[in-house]
Amino acid sequence: MLAYAAKRALLAALVALTVSLACFFLVHLSTDIAVAMAGEGARAEDIDFIRKQYGFDRPLGVQYAEWLGRAVRGDFGDSLYFRIPVAKIVWQRLPVTATLGGYAILIALGLSIPLGVLAAMRPNSWLDRLALAIAVVGQAMPSFWFALLLMLLFGVTLGWLPISGSDTQAHFVLPAIALAYYAAPAIMRLTRSGMLEVLGSDYIRTARAKGLRPMAVLFKHALRNAVIPVVALAAVQLGFMLGGSVVIETVFALNGLGYLAWEAILHNDFPMVQAIVLLIALIYIVLTFLADLANGWLDPRIRIA
Amino acid sequence: MAPLLLAEDLRVDIPTPLGMLHAVRGIDLALAQGETLCLVGESGCGKSLTALALMALLPTNARRAARRLEFGGRDLRAAGERAMADLRGERMAMIFQEPMTSLNPAYTVGDQLEEVLLRHRKASRAQARERAVLLLDKVGITAAASRLAQYPHQLSGGLRQRVMIAMALMCGPQLIIADEPTTALDVTIQAQILHLLKSLQREFRMGLILITHDLGIVARVADRVTVMYAGEIVESAPVAELFAAPRHPYTQGLLRCIPVPGRTRPEEKLGVIPGLVPTPIGELSGCQFRNRCEHARPDCAAPGPSLVRVRPQHGVRCVLAQ
Ligand SMILES: Nc1ncnc2c1ncn2[C@@H]1O[C@H](COP(=O)(O)OP(=O)(O)O)[C@@H](O)[C@H]1O
Ligand code: SF4
Ligand SMILES: [Mg+2]
Repeated sequence: MLAYAAKRALLAALVALTVSLACFFLVHLSTDIAVAMAGEGARAEDIDFIRKQYGFDRPLGVQYAEWLGRAVRGDFGDSLYFRIPVAKIVWQRLPVTATLGGYAILIALGLSIPLGVLAAMRPNSWLDRLALAIAVVGQAMPSFWFALLLMLLFGVTLGWLPISGSDTQAHFVLPAIALAYYAAPAIMRLTRSGMLEVLGSDYIRTARAKGLRPMAVLFKHALRNAVIPVVALAAVQLGFMLGGSVVIETVFALNGLGYLAWEAILHNDFPMVQAIVLLIALIYIVLTFLADLANGWLDPRIRIA
Repeated sequence: MAPLLLAEDLRVDIPTPLGMLHAVRGIDLALAQGETLCLVGESGCGKSLTALALMALLPTNARRAARRLEFGGRDLRAAGERAMADLRGERMAMIFQEPMTSLNPAYTVGDQLEEVLLRHRKASRAQARERAVLLLDKVGITAAASRLAQYPHQLSGGLRQRVMIAMALMCGPQLIIADEPTTALDVTIQAQILHLLKSLQREFRMGLILITHDLGIVARVADRVTVMYAGEIVESAPVAELFAAPRHPYTQGLLRCIPVPGRTRPEEKLGVIPGLVPTPIGELSGCQFRNRCEHARPDCAAPGPSLVRVRPQHGVRCVLAQ
């Protein structure tokens, strides 16, 4: 297991390095940063001054090394728009997105895996059909639309939950549901099909031939094998959720990273954009790494070659 | 003495889009303690479904019915899933055809062996482990203790089937049903596994139902042979009698298909039975073998024939024997 984990960690580190490269060069190659910083109508001397001042005239490789060196220490420079350190703002906004994402993950997994299992245990039952209907609707409906429906029903009509801001935990309920519904259908469908396949397998018949009780057959022998493919998909879906949180945070006026990213892009705040993109990519890489570890733990064929 | 296992008029029906598939059509079986019954017939004759019906492990869409179905004097027709689960692994055990897929890839060999004893007996993990090591040793696995921590994918097919056999023996059952346990294995391994199964059966005086389509195996291990065709028994007899004087044309055909050591010359052509096993869907009457039988007569299509006793222990379902 240790060798496997080390291999996966090394791979994750390599991916992170590649992402940082992309993150840096995409910004530097797509715009002339000195021009962008100088603002509209700036004189050529001003632009040249900025270019020298910030060292944009040096080779890109040198600039990247310097940027990366500071980035690993958490220094992403000053925001061009807010005029304070990028890291400070990001640290302020991160808890909001983390809370939203955490709740959304719990809701998505807590709903889709049991529902997928139940659907597989009774294929073509009313429950299976209901689960399918929920999944199809979830995949077809844009998340902002679903968010607006939630707001209308639970916020406006019933008045049960707040619909804007991030002051209390209750503020996170509707956005987390909206975000979870984004990831849940795919996870549920895969849980169902994985479970169906496993329940029809020879080793489940063996487990029953041993006289094991239905719960032991289901939870010990079937579920563990059925969730192996689900784990990898869940990591990907959770990564997509980070993208989806841009929309959801905007709709619910949550001051999180997603909203910040949108602002930064709007204002050409490239140090901020770089920091957020890198951070989201890192979260994604960590999720994938955790999924790899989970799969190694679940499936000895992965862990012991 | 009451037989260990008794089935009368055992039936398995499976609804299909083409109509009701009568996969097992009125089978009678009786097995005494310590006896070996071989169930033979080509693929698709209903052997596996018969075995699964006895264990109450049929696929969910299949329906079982029987006039009598008793195990150890107990009526299994009345036994619910809970009662059957208590019997399975404890007093009746089954070994399957596919050793490569019959073990759970996610758990160690030890875990999967021990769990049988833990399920049925008041045993500690240590006692279960001790029993597992003992049985792995018994089924001829070297370094038994160190195998417990291994996963199925680390073992060869032959070893996995030995593990399956050890697993079946964990609680010391009275009946073992082995459904083509060696079909998926190499020829040399096949002989070893069969030899093992047979010696264990003698040692523990278990009833053994061995399903196979290899009559060479049957000749060596069976006490009784029951030949199935299209879901029915067409002939049933003590092994020596069946091989010496097969009465049903299907049995005769099967026997022509096996090489006999010392009699079949290497260049000699073995017989084959032309044609395929019909799938028994819908209402059936007459002998199902008649489209492949070289002795077929017009009355073979008439309702019947029934299984008649040509000798006290020898039943045949054929108009020629009526
Ligand atoms: N789950 C199932 N659904 C439909 N038909 C089945 C199923 N299992 C077996 N059958 C059919 O029942 C017949 C008997 O099958 P089986 O008992 O497996 O034969 P055997 O073991 O003698 O090869 C075959 O025609 C097979 O196609
Ligand atoms: S009943 Fe007729 S067709 Fe069937 S085996 Fe006997 S002779 Fe052949
Ligand atoms: Mg079979």
